[in-house]
Amino acid sequence: MKHILLAAMIAHSALSITPAMASGADNNLTVAFPRELESLDAYQNSSRGGVILARHIWDGLMYRDPASGKYVGNLATEWRWVDDKTLEFNLREGVKFHNGEAFNADDVVFTMNYIADPANAVKPQRNASWIAGAEKVDDFTVRILLKEPFPAAFEYLAGPVVIYPNEYFSEVGTEGMGTAPIGTGPYKVTGQKQGERIDLKRYADYHSDSPKGKASIEEITWRFIPETNTQFAELISGGVDWIWQVPADQAERFKTLGDFVVSNESTMRIGYIGFDASDRYGDTPFDDVRVRRAVAHAIDRQGIVDSLLKGASIVVNSACFPSQFGCEQDIPTYDFNPEKARELLTEAGYADGFETPFAAYRNRDYAEVMMANLSNVGITTSLNYLKYAALRDKVQNGEIPFQFMTWGSFSINDVSAITSNFFKGGKDDYARDPQIIEWLTEADSITDAARREELYSMALKRIAEQVYWLPLFSYNTNYIYGAGLEFTPTSDEIPRFFNASWK
Amino acid sequence: MLHFFLKRLALAALVALTVSLISFSLLFLAGDPAIALAGEGATDADIHAIRTQYGFDRPVMEQYLFWLKNALAGDFGTSYYFKTPVINLIAEKMPTTMILGLSAISFAILLSIPLGVLAAVKPNSLFDRIALFISVIGQAIPSFWFGLILIVTFAVKLRWVPVSGSDSWQHFILPTIVLGYYATPAIMRLTRAGMLEVLRADYIRTARAKGIRPGKVLFKHALRNAVIPVVGLAAVQLGFMLGGSVIIESIFALNGAGFLAFESISRNDFPVVQALILIFSLIYVLLTLLADLLNAWLDPRIRVA
Repeated sequence: MKHILLAAMIAHSALSITPAMASGADNNLTVAFPRELESLDAYQNSSRGGVILARHIWDGLMYRDPASGKYVGNLATEWRWVDDKTLEFNLREGVKFHNGEAFNADDVVFTMNYIADPANAVKPQRNASWIAGAEKVDDFTVRILLKEPFPAAFEYLAGPVVIYPNEYFSEVGTEGMGTAPIGTGPYKVTGQKQGERIDLKRYADYHSDSPKGKASIEEITWRFIPETNTQFAELISGGVDWIWQVPADQAERFKTLGDFVVSNESTMRIGYIGFDASDRYGDTPFDDVRVRRAVAHAIDRQGIVDSLLKGASIVVNSACFPSQFGCEQDIPTYDFNPEKARELLTEAGYADGFETPFAAYRNRDYAEVMMANLSNVGITTSLNYLKYAALRDKVQNGEIPFQFMTWGSFSINDVSAITSNFFKGGKDDYARDPQIIEWLTEADSITDAARREELYSMALKRIAEQVYWLPLFSYNTNYIYGAGLEFTPTSDEIPRFFNASWK
Repeated sequence: MLHFFLKRLALAALVALTVSLISFSLLFLAGDPAIALAGEGATDADIHAIRTQYGFDRPVMEQYLFWLKNALAGDFGTSYYFKTPVINLIAEKMPTTMILGLSAISFAILLSIPLGVLAAVKPNSLFDRIALFISVIGQAIPSFWFGLILIVTFAVKLRWVPVSGSDSWQHFILPTIVLGYYATPAIMRLTRAGMLEVLRADYIRTARAKGIRPGKVLFKHALRNAVIPVVGLAAVQLGFMLGGSVIIESIFALNGAGFLAFESISRNDFPVVQALILIFSLIYVLLTLLADLLNAWLDPRIRVA
């Protein structure tokens, strides 16, 4: 039902509809998100909308510049590793929270100790599970203590780990923070109507040294509109100025309307095919590397990108998203070559092909193209299309021999967010390669960047050479907004409205 | 009558109980609720914590009985998503749904009864055919599609009303029409059938013979009797509308209980889904029961059957 509508009707009556997009004359912006937030408290919220909102209300100690990918200071000015489990930060002076409370080391220590305590049930746990606690050195110096060496620490400190005002939070708790949040970020919350909207206003005293920069848009109305078609109608009638996650076919049609910018950006989510290479499911043809290579040659990944994903999506060869730290690109690759696939199958003793179940949970159309490709080389698949929860359950229990799935790496720009989940011997690991497990275990527990890079490189080369996984393509997101809006999408799927402006 | 009442009441309670049991079981058929709740990419630790926290590790029947015991005491638990009591959430959102339901049924009655009466006055005439056409269209058009057509026409093109939201009474105009139109065909057809039957009755002929004005015969003598079963039907249709509001509210981003149901399903907020299914089905069962009793009171033959 979702995508049937408006596009057809827009195409049909495009000439008679005059878009009435806001011109930005009042310097305000209305944006639409599909899902209402569970809470405005950044640590009680794991939805994408909540992650984005948190970057507007709060700041972290660091910030990853989306253009260069480099870590720069935000609430911290300098940092150093004291040892491989202790990070020391010098804090920025003169920063004030939205309620006037001064920012200092007490806020950082309080926040770190609060989120590190499992009793406070921070969501999601991975944001804080690596932190043991924090200590104050002086008013503007703190030390963060790690449970184990954790090389991706900067990625979290520059992202989801934001700093709370200790006095305010002690007074109001998570309930108060959930309804009237206070941070040091570029926007402050001035009101909300649960399930309908959140009102944000530019924070006039935002610290001028922030790498986020001074916001240009004066007020942002953050609306919740679940139905994609209703979002389209609001956009055309001027009720909202910005929407995203628009399906490719609908985005194409919006381009014909002219008064909107349709921009597309790759996301960190990649699609992949998993094989039972280690007999977790049982004795399958996928035990043989030649069969796995045959599958890699059989699937027309570029064709799927060109005809279905479109936009900024790319074919992915290494088992990671290219921008992630350690994502080695110099690895064996497999071109689309059905003839070669048939040869490999014959060599492996499957000249007449074989039959196998094939599971998927999203993008049925992509799965069907892959099934046709496989059938072309003699591999007959029967699709088992399940809900995500059901499929993941089965995959983790070793009940699926062959599946098309996706992974978003939680937008963490470090290869450990993907390889550690799939190749370190955990429930999702269908390769169980002791050599890879050893390399990844070492790489995940040291802070020496060069050595880490080397270890991940070896692991990724071996994964590709053995085709333990067949990475397919990256996903993309379409953004549509009024032509008068200056807005730059980023691959971490965090729209930065504090960097947006009206022309 | 008392025997009939008790029998219907027992049946109604059984229906509500069955609905709650089936809906509870359905939640577990779509896979492990802990994984669903933890979301894509959750760690084992996250999933395990959720499984223990919400008691998903206990037998399904035990979980159901525990839930039912609390629900009967008015405690529907706490929303997994909002971490607030489910009953408060529903109390907050229900008024919007009620306003929508009542305005939609009023719209349906105001549209369909005059149409039904006029169609009955001249059966098989052009007007009757038009009325039939309107009713067939009403039943054939999916409500989400009709809603979007109205949005495009009246909100996007003509800009007479807002597209979505629930800030003002204008926001309720389009959803009222969409939801109400769905109930129009049934009410109109029943009014027409009732009127056709009544208009053939002896007392109408007598009234006409006495020289009473045709309008008065039609509306005072005939409609009064013909419309009685319609009241029962309207009550049932109001129940249907609560179900329909799930779709309508999400299309128009109306912040009511239907919208809450739609959102809660998509985010696996089981206590809210469970409570809403139970409350919606109870309201529906009660309205149906009321309609049954009303009909039985009006027509003693039904009591025996």
